[in-house]
Amino acid sequence: MIRHFLALEWKQYFRSSYWQKSIGLNLLLVFFALYFIVVFLMGGLALYPILKELYPDNDPFLLVNDFFFYWIIIDLLVRFFFQKLPVMSIKPLLTLPIKRSSILHFVLAKSAVSFLNLLPLFAAVPFAAVLVFEGYETVGVVAWVFLVLLVTLCINFLNFIIESLTAESELSFLPLILLTSALFALEYFGIVNFSQMVSAGFMSVVANPINVLVIVGLLIGLYSINYKILRGKLFLDSSLKSKVEEVKVADMAWTRRFGKMAPFMQLDLKLIWRNKRPRSSVFILVIGLLYGLFFYPQPMYSELPWIFPFIGIFVTGIFLINFGQFIPAWDSGYYKLLMSQNITYEDYLKSKFVLMALSVVALFVLSIPYVYFGWKILLAHFGAAVYNIGVNTHIMLFGGSFNRKKIDLNQRAAFNYQGTGAVQWIIGFPLMFLPMVIFAIAYYTINFEAGIAILVILGLLGMVFHQKLMKFITSKYQDSKYKMISAFSEDN
Amino acid sequence: MISVSNLSKTYNGVTVLNIENLDIPKGQSFGLVGNNGAGKTTFFSLLLDLIQPTTGHIKNNNILVHESEIWKSFTSSFIDESFLIGYLTPEEYFYFIGELRGQNKADIDTFVAQFEDFFNGEIINKKKYLRDLSKGNQKKAGIVAALIGNPEVIVLDEPFANLDPTTQIRLKKIIKELAETKGVTILISSHDLMHVTEVCERIVVLEKGNVIKDLQTGAATLKELEAHFAG
Repeated sequence: MIRHFLALEWKQYFRSSYWQKSIGLNLLLVFFALYFIVVFLMGGLALYPILKELYPDNDPFLLVNDFFFYWIIIDLLVRFFFQKLPVMSIKPLLTLPIKRSSILHFVLAKSAVSFLNLLPLFAAVPFAAVLVFEGYETVGVVAWVFLVLLVTLCINFLNFIIESLTAESELSFLPLILLTSALFALEYFGIVNFSQMVSAGFMSVVANPINVLVIVGLLIGLYSINYKILRGKLFLDSSLKSKVEEVKVADMAWTRRFGKMAPFMQLDLKLIWRNKRPRSSVFILVIGLLYGLFFYPQPMYSELPWIFPFIGIFVTGIFLINFGQFIPAWDSGYYKLLMSQNITYEDYLKSKFVLMALSVVALFVLSIPYVYFGWKILLAHFGAAVYNIGVNTHIMLFGGSFNRKKIDLNQRAAFNYQGTGAVQWIIGFPLMFLPMVIFAIAYYTINFEAGIAILVILGLLGMVFHQKLMKFITSKYQDSKYKMISAFSEDN
Repeated sequence: MISVSNLSKTYNGVTVLNIENLDIPKGQSFGLVGNNGAGKTTFFSLLLDLIQPTTGHIKNNNILVHESEIWKSFTSSFIDESFLIGYLTPEEYFYFIGELRGQNKADIDTFVAQFEDFFNGEIINKKKYLRDLSKGNQKKAGIVAALIGNPEVIVLDEPFANLDPTTQIRLKKIIKELAETKGVTILISSHDLMHVTEVCERIVVLEKGNVIKDLQTGAATLKELEAHFAG
């Protein structure tokens, strides 16, 4: 049976248009993976000597174990946002003579061989080798490596439980963030010393390897909870047919003033409010707006004005980045309709532009209170907002013409594997870092005001040439029209 | 109204459609029949410029469909459920299509009111999104949306499939009325020989991408088609 599943996986991956049409992106991902492997390997090797040098009085092994509490929390957070439960197209399998349990075991086992689970081993194994070399007891160290692997797997399965419990709500990330920050706060203010507890647990395994069985038991427990949760979802009516939602009707008469674009803007607004995927991007707006609070209150950053525009780009452009990266995939479900209806590409794209530009203006207005931390911040945010409207909107729309990945809006979040992947984040970087670099150069060669002026000028240039840029972008979309239609009508 | 010349579509060396010449005059109700893989949907997709022709071209009212977009203003279509916007209610969907075709809400309300029978009380004012409707009801909404805005060319792919018998009969009536009273060019594909001979003045049989029969519908047409497909 597993042989069949593996064959299906292999074919699904290599026959998807995503793989075939974006080898470049895949290469980039492979490059990142290799990069992380090398970094972890080097880190594992260098950790012992570095710790010895920094803290000659402490046992490096103990120091590493003290750190594990933070690792668990950070790992959990990272996974929550990046890792989704791997999924097979289950519908065609349900009516075949395959045991439901073997489908589930396969899905769960597949999640265990994720890159994120192997990564810690790349650091743990060389570190353990150094430990043995330094004269630590071999049995204990080997048990420790196993422990690291087991804990990783526990985090892996714990994450899926958290995800499936919170997936139904819009603010799915809130409980986890609250929980981890609470744990962190308790630790930080010395109320409960979690890191010591975790460390003691780790050391007890090293001293007495049989204790590893406790973690094995925990792992089995987490696995069976996952199994139970999934088992309940493995029916056509629960995983495929979503609840009938109550219709929320809004008039949105104010969009009328945008003339020909009005129907599209209404459509986009409904798209955002009525579908789980895009709706969550609205809630990210709140996080984006508060992003500046991580930096500005700290005196360290107020000495570094070149970071202001970067935060400004993020704060005023969070919707632009979040929504824009999936243009036109948001409409992939009915792309054929749009392509055969009485509309021009330009109106369609313009309505997206207006929506993004309006969001930047609105977010800039909402971010005005940051002036409390200094007028320079307000100025930087203003420059960033103009740059966002003039330059980044166009970059986003242009980038969209390379979009070949369908988004299924109707998919429930629990089985949704089309989550924001690492790829989208990589694409987001030039949007935020390019203006920062431009500003930093101007800041250090001339002064702060000049840097802002350059950002504003670039943004204004983008607005002046808006018509020309849109013509160019539209032609790009027209060139790839047929490719998009065929990619969007594929299932994977 | 529609003229096809030298049209072919090839996927990886396999020709799935090859029509040398086909003219569909204005006002004709045109039926396309053929077994699976005969090229019916390929032809409609080419007509709507959703895929690129390998050779040749289609002219819709003397407009080359793959070069200009003007044909979109007088052509409407319903090919499959991917023409529906799942998160809209049927009413909102009709308003949206109406807006694209220069019709205001009041126009649409009167227009949709004529289809009360056809909808059988299952579409309008149900407070449901299109994605939550059954396949058959989705299809009804899609077909009616394709009739909005007085299009001159209407393309319907397999309109009878998935519909219940009552609705099939009502749909036939709607199509016949359209073809008779308004001089609209209607293109329909179907696997149901009976339905298609009933509503179409002309029937073209495709086989492996080639036109092998081109019939003016008459009393003997159904027999002839049945004999043909019986092999």
